[in-house]
Amino acid sequence: MKWLMVGIIVGSTVLADLLQSFEMKRHTVAVEDLRPGRLVGMLRGLAQRGPLVLAVFFMAISFFAFMKLLSVADLSFSVPVTAASVALETVLARLVLKEKVTALRWAGALSVACGVALLAM
Amino acid sequence: MVEEAQIASAGIRRVDLKTKLLAAFVVATNVLGNFSMSWGMKHQAADLGLSPLAYIRLVFTPWVLLGTTLLILWLLSRMTLLGWADLSYVLPVTSIGYVLSAVLGKVFFGELVTWQRWLGTGFIVIGIIFVGLTAANTTRQETAG
Repeated sequence: MKWLMVGIIVGSTVLADLLQSFEMKRHTVAVEDLRPGRLVGMLRGLAQRGPLVLAVFFMAISFFAFMKLLSVADLSFSVPVTAASVALETVLARLVLKEKVTALRWAGALSVACGVALLAM
Repeated sequence: MVEEAQIASAGIRRVDLKTKLLAAFVVATNVLGNFSMSWGMKHQAADLGLSPLAYIRLVFTPWVLLGTTLLILWLLSRMTLLGWADLSYVLPVTSIGYVLSAVLGKVFFGELVTWQRWLGTGFIVIGIIFVGLTAANTTRQETAG
């Protein structure tokens, strides 16, 4: 059960972030849209974009799976294992989103993943 | 030719600054949102039990409501940031939130910060410096705003 939940959390987080990154780059939000008066309109616009709705759905799955994981495993285990998604997402950002991940960025991502794991101990 | 290069360079710097400011906003809304939620949950008077009504009532208490609002702003600003910068840039850079949450936990909730946590903080800060030195967006030429 524990490892099933870890798989669901990492998988759904990765899918949610990939979908968000892909869709938000297709239709970028401008600075003007972030003004308080335009936020409701922006929210309405985002809610009509299929990949973003799907991303929020995966985020909800990840959230509830994390709650379930906390009920069957220690917090000191739950948070570090979910940090694995940082490394996995960097790999997929390179392969799926075709981002240029330089050696410096690889080193940074791995350092952050180790740091998050240590922080949760 | 030199003038065109200078204009392009100034444009990149402007966009880079906007991206960094938005990244700071993403981190702030996430850290303060989680802190407000945590504060609201820790200071709620009654035991929630299993009643859904108690949870609904809790959502409308000031701290939890503030936390929810901040986390909605976090979600929207993070989506926007993902349109402006690489996923492989956003993930490590916004991880400073883990560090700030640990600091708030120590200051306001008296949580214990062990040497492993300080070491972890060091790793995160070094990682963010490394990623911060790379270009924020490597997949397209045109920029937002």
